[in-house]
Amino acid sequence: MKFTLLINEGPYQHQASDTAYQFAKAAIAKGHEIYRVFFYNDGVNNATRLAIPPQDDRNITENWAALAKEHDLDMVVCIAAAQRRGMLDADEAERQGKDAHNIHPAFRISGLGQLVEGGIQSDRLLTFGD
Amino acid sequence: MSDDVKKFMFVNTKAPYGTVYALESLEVVLISAAFDQDVSLAFCDDGVFQITKNQNTEGSGMKNFSPAYKALGDYDINKLYVEKESLEERGLTLDNLMDLTYEDEDDDWAEKPSIKLVTRAELADLMDQQDVVISS
Repeated sequence: MKFTLLINEGPYQHQASDTAYQFAKAAIAKGHEIYRVFFYNDGVNNATRLAIPPQDDRNITENWAALAKEHDLDMVVCIAAAQRRGMLDADEAERQGKDAHNIHPAFRISGLGQLVEGGIQSDRLLTFGD
Repeated sequence: MSDDVKKFMFVNTKAPYGTVYALESLEVVLISAAFDQDVSLAFCDDGVFQITKNQNTEGSGMKNFSPAYKALGDYDINKLYVEKESLEERGLTLDNLMDLTYEDEDDDWAEKPSIKLVTRAELADLMDQQDVVISS
């Protein structure tokens, strides 16, 4: 089955991203396809490359990045939600005249249309959040 | 409608201003209009407050985005299901909600209400008929 995952909550504050990550790993292990992982609301904060969690805890962003690399996952951060919260990639930082960028290169920035398209193209769209 | 049209329902369960969910859900709804899908909205629990009349955010400094709901009809989004029990539990009636309408192109562009009052059981049936349900 083909899945799109929607993650609506930020890292560590909420289990949503962890649960989605475990789901993605399990689904891939069972032979399913993850069509897209879409980060929205505070979920965009999962894409920060600057987080430094304690060494004895999981690194949520790096976990996603490793999974994406291994399975060629398409991980999309909503641009409108990201801009509101100060999440920028290098291109966007330059365009907006900001002096820093913080989005991990395993993620890409795009519009909400990517979420709707994920819903159209997938057999199931699963929401992780409240 | 062609076979590749899916039924999308956006379920709104939270009050409009305490959190960002209502605003950011509406942003997805407006984008979805560009994809020629069969889109509907549901309002239940505190979500019914999202479409109440006379919203005024001056005191809180939040952006009052309620006028945007009035544009939905122009985007061919005209199925706004409001759960009857949720209204009643909060002491609200249809009169407390905005007059959200659309122009029916199949009926000489007659102006019709977009809001449809449904029971909790009817809303459950409607959800069951969807291909994609996105709730917040």
